[in-house]
Amino acid sequence: MKAAAATNERALIARVIGGEKELFLDLIRPYERLVYVTIFAILKNETEAEDGAQETMISAYRNLKSFRGEAKFSTWLVTIAMNEARKRLRKAKTAAEDSLDEPREESEGDYTPAVLTDWREIPLAALERKELKEKLREAVGMLSEKYREVFVLRDIEELNQEETAVALGINVALVKVRLHRARMMLQKLLVPYLKNGVPFGAQAKPARGGFFRRWLQ
Amino acid sequence: MKMECKHVWEQISGYLDTELDADMLAAVEKHLETCEVCSAILDSTRNILVLTADERTYELPVGYGKRLRERLIGVIGANG
Repeated sequence: MKAAAATNERALIARVIGGEKELFLDLIRPYERLVYVTIFAILKNETEAEDGAQETMISAYRNLKSFRGEAKFSTWLVTIAMNEARKRLRKAKTAAEDSLDEPREESEGDYTPAVLTDWREIPLAALERKELKEKLREAVGMLSEKYREVFVLRDIEELNQEETAVALGINVALVKVRLHRARMMLQKLLVPYLKNGVPFGAQAKPARGGFFRRWLQ
Repeated sequence: MKMECKHVWEQISGYLDTELDADMLAAVEKHLETCEVCSAILDSTRNILVLTADERTYELPVGYGKRLRERLIGVIGANG
């Protein structure tokens, strides 16, 4: 966020705390998407995610005075959203499911990515496909929770490593390890779908999103 | 520094986040120049991240913002 916008945000927070409560709606407006998508990507359920997003914003409103400004407001909101998602996930999950699929952290690096040498020939048109987006959401949902959380914040929400670490209450080194692991698991899960039915030589319009921009340069 | 494929794979995430130090970056890039397999893995991972960051991958439900604001107005009002 630009400095001016951040200053504006601080002023807005002060005014809400000072009694202009309705300005809270303006304050959170830029983050409505962030909060919903964070919770949805964790829970994979629209109704739960929407409810969770509402609860997150209500909690943020009620606790706004406790926002000290050490972290960015967006990071603070994401922390609340993540806690809300975790709470709901615990509720939904059975103990049996919980014990499944927990790769050990120390096995980091010990994996084999899916090899598909013709992948690089696949045009971005493939990424426009609706089914592929669906497969991606499914694959993200298949990651175990600790990997999914990091992936959601870093690669969906594009928080930086420090912000992600703060929001999850873990250190930056662990963010990196888990992110790498999450990405490699997704690569493995998705390569089969990327392979099929893609017309070679087709051109796609550029997707939005920071990663794309970074990589076009 | 000459690298084996499996060591390159360990650096993919760091490479995509442009976090590798100069020596490591040079070694990885040298390997990628001649290794089709690692290049393909890198490209596929990168493209998955492009797809991930695309806002159309995760869409908001219709009416979400409106319902959120209505609920908040209720809460803000109820609190006086």
